[in-house]
Formats: sequence, C-alpha cells, structure tokens
Amino acid sequence: MVEINQEDILELLCRRLASFANTEQEITPETNLITQLAIDSIKLLNLIMELEDNFDISIPLNALTDVVTVYDLANLIYRIKSNSK
Amino acid sequence: MNLLEKLDAAAAARKAQLPTGLSAFGIPIEEIYSPTEARIGERRILLLGTNNYLGLSFAPECREAAHEAIDKEGTGTTGSRMANGNYSGHRALEMEFAEFYQCRSCIVFTTGYQANLGTISGLIGTGDVALIDGDSHASIYDGCILSGADIIRFRHNDMADLEKRLRRLGDRSKNTLIIVEGIYSMLGDQAPLAEIVNLKNAYSSTLLLDEAHSLGVLGETGQGLAEKTKLSSEVDFITGTFSKSLCGIGGYCVSNHPQLDQLRYVSHPYIFTASPSPATIAATRVALRLLRNGNKLREQLWRNARQLYSHLKMVGYQVGPEPGPVVATILGNPQQALALWNGLLENNIYVNLILPPAAPEGKSLVRCSVNAAHTSEQIEYVCQTFSKLYTSIIQ
Repeated sequence: MVEINQEDILELLCRRLASFANTEQEITPETNLITQLAIDSIKLLNLIMELEDNFDISIPLNALTDVVTVYDLANLIYRIKSNSK
Repeated sequence: MNLLEKLDAAAAARKAQLPTGLSAFGIPIEEIYSPTEARIGERRILLLGTNNYLGLSFAPECREAAHEAIDKEGTGTTGSRMANGNYSGHRALEMEFAEFYQCRSCIVFTTGYQANLGTISGLIGTGDVALIDGDSHASIYDGCILSGADIIRFRHNDMADLEKRLRRLGDRSKNTLIIVEGIYSMLGDQAPLAEIVNLKNAYSSTLLLDEAHSLGVLGETGQGLAEKTKLSSEVDFITGTFSKSLCGIGGYCVSNHPQLDQLRYVSHPYIFTASPSPATIAATRVALRLLRNGNKLREQLWRNARQLYSHLKMVGYQVGPEPGPVVATILGNPQQALALWNGLLENNIYVNLILPPAAPEGKSLVRCSVNAAHTSEQIEYVCQTFSKLYTSIIQ
C-alpha cells in the first residue's frame, strides 16, 4: 500500500475544498471550514463520507468536534489512517 | 457571536412566515374533532400530517381505560420507575410487549425518544462503535452522542456502504451496534433487513431496529419490519414508540438478551425521569390489543397509502422510493416546498413541511402521513388538490 503523509493529505484536502471557496479565496491549512468556507453540517457530513472513501478509513462524527481548520481535518485523517495500519 | 446572538441567527433563518400569517412549524391546533379533522384558526382542516397510523386516537376503549386509570391512580406518578413510579400497569405493559414480540423481556420508557436514548447509551460506551444509517432519527443520533461511542454513518439503505464500514472496523466490529429503522420517517422507505442481518452476523455485530414508524403498520400482527420479513429472532434489540400507532406517549425496548434488564440500572434516560402517567399506560395497553387485532385497520391504511402514493407519482411529483403510510414529496427548493405546503393549507389540508437541515441531503419535503381512519373520499380530495397545485406551483 502506498504510504501517505500528512502533507499529502493536506494538499489533497486543499484541492478538494476549493469547490467550497469563492474564486479569489485561497485555501490554506489555517482556513476555517465553517466561517470561511461556509460548510454547514450537511455539507460536512457528505464531505466526511467522501473523504472516508478516498482514504479508506472511518471518521467518527464525535471526532469532528475538535475540527475547525483544514489543518485540523488533515491531522485527524492522518491520525486515523496511521492507527488503521 | 455570544450565546443569545447564536439563537438570533437561527431565528432569522426560521422566519418563514406564510401569507396566511401561520408559521409552518408549531402550527396552533385549536380543536381536534377526530383522527382526521381539526380546527386551525377558523378552518376545519383535514389532518394529513400525523403519526396516527391506525386512527386509534379517539378509540372509545382506550379513552375509557384512560379515564378509569385517572380515577383509580391519579394524573401522574410523580416519580421514576426506580423509585415510587413503578406501578402494576407499567409492569403489566412490559409483560404484554414481551409476549407480543415473543421476547424474554421489555423495558418501558417515558417517551419514544428516551427509549432510543436510554437503550443506545446503555448498550454502548466509550471505545465501542455505533454504526448508524445516515437518515436516522435525531433520537438515535442523540443516544449515540450520550453513549460516548464512536459514531459512524453509512449511506442510507446502502448495503455495500455498510459492509465497507464494517470491514474497516476490523476487530472492532464485534463491539459495534448497527442501528436501523423499520420505516424511515422522512421518505417512508423500509430498511433492507435481510441484508443487514446477514452483515451483522458476518461481522459478529449487534443489531438494534427502531420500529417507531413500522409498529402497527408492517407484519401480520403489526409488530413491524422484523415480523414482516420473518427476521425477529435475528434482531438483538427492537425499540419503538407509543406515540404513533398506539396514540399515547412513551417507548419500549424488547430483547431476548437477558442483559436488557441491566439497562434499568445504567440508563439515565430510564432512571432520571418520571414514569409514564397511569392514563397513558392504561390507554396504551388497550391500544396494543387493538393493534394486534388490527388487520382490517392495516388493510385500510395500506389502501389509503397506495392510493395517495400512486396518484402523486402519476401526477409527476417526485416521491419516496416505495409506497407506505409516510408519503413524501421531494421539492426542488425550500420556496417551492413552502408554496406547496401553504397551497394545501389554503385548501384545508395540513401536512408536514420539512426544510434543510432537518431533511436528508438538504432536501425540502412536503410529507403526508395517511391513516386507517381517512376515508377514500378524503384521500381523493387530497389527490385532486395535489393535482391542482402541481400545475400552479411545480410546472
């Protein structure tokens, strides 16, 4: 299986989240998912399912309570991915 | 944003006042005339948005039992089942539910919401997994949150997705509670129980089935989806509510697992609340007898459901995947849903309006619920009104 590091995850996330941003908005690790990208609860749940399939992991909903920024989400995915090896 | 400003923001989003001056949410009902009619404002309204599936809300036998219980035992128990609120009626109802489901035991809860909250939070905890259908009712989500278990959703009724998630859990699948519903309240579709049972067995998980909307509706004696599919013995825990087909308020969990009884000692939603009132218990016991012998009511219910579902589909409305007592029309946007809801009310028909985020996947729904007390003339009037509004609102 191809190893994936935290930076790869972050880069992939930034690319994926671009669809939520307006044209001038740049996605950075510090971008706030809710206040800057206006990702509401339904969009977030759908996004999580998509990311679960991309990374072949399960992301518990209760783990999302600490996720605020793109970096937080990437870090969570990395931790789950690492633990599932 | 401070605490109160957050509520102001929510209020601004909700301010969908209708031309009639009535809000779609929490509409004031002034008088109830029957299982199918009520007064809203000055209008006599046809009720097509209740959960009164068998139409038993005015059953004389239930009313008489409730009156008698109030006279004999008072209006409330004023205490928990664990303290002074454990009356003979509560225990008798539990035995009757256990016998109905041919299960070892039953626990009665004060509401259906608490039945899920109490059962789920008692069964799983930190380190365990709740694997739930994405369209699950809020009581299931809240029960999972209360439990502290990891909550993982699978795509609604998607068995490949459920299997994928079970596979990813590895050994943790043995500590996983899969939670599904007999009939889903939003679109009225049923869970593919046979496939779910196969997966549950293959991965050594535990299965909880919520029959809230299917009790009284499915199965030869009205037990629900498990009875209809002849899979009752394969389901570990069944929860349900008194507040729909049984026309009371309360909830239950039945199981053959002897551990069910232990929930009484660990489940906060069971312990830290007053038990159901004597009138509720007495009326529910009679309603359960009527439900078990309610084949004629079920036949009428399904006739009404099929009549409305097939008509709406024929007219061109996007409806749920299969016919059933919950007939949902899926609209393109909240404005269209609001216009349809309002148009129906102007024609003296009350239905439920469900807007994002309450409906799945951001959908906007106008949801009808038919019952056994609706006459075919009433359903026909509803069909004709929907036809008329399709031309003016949807096309």
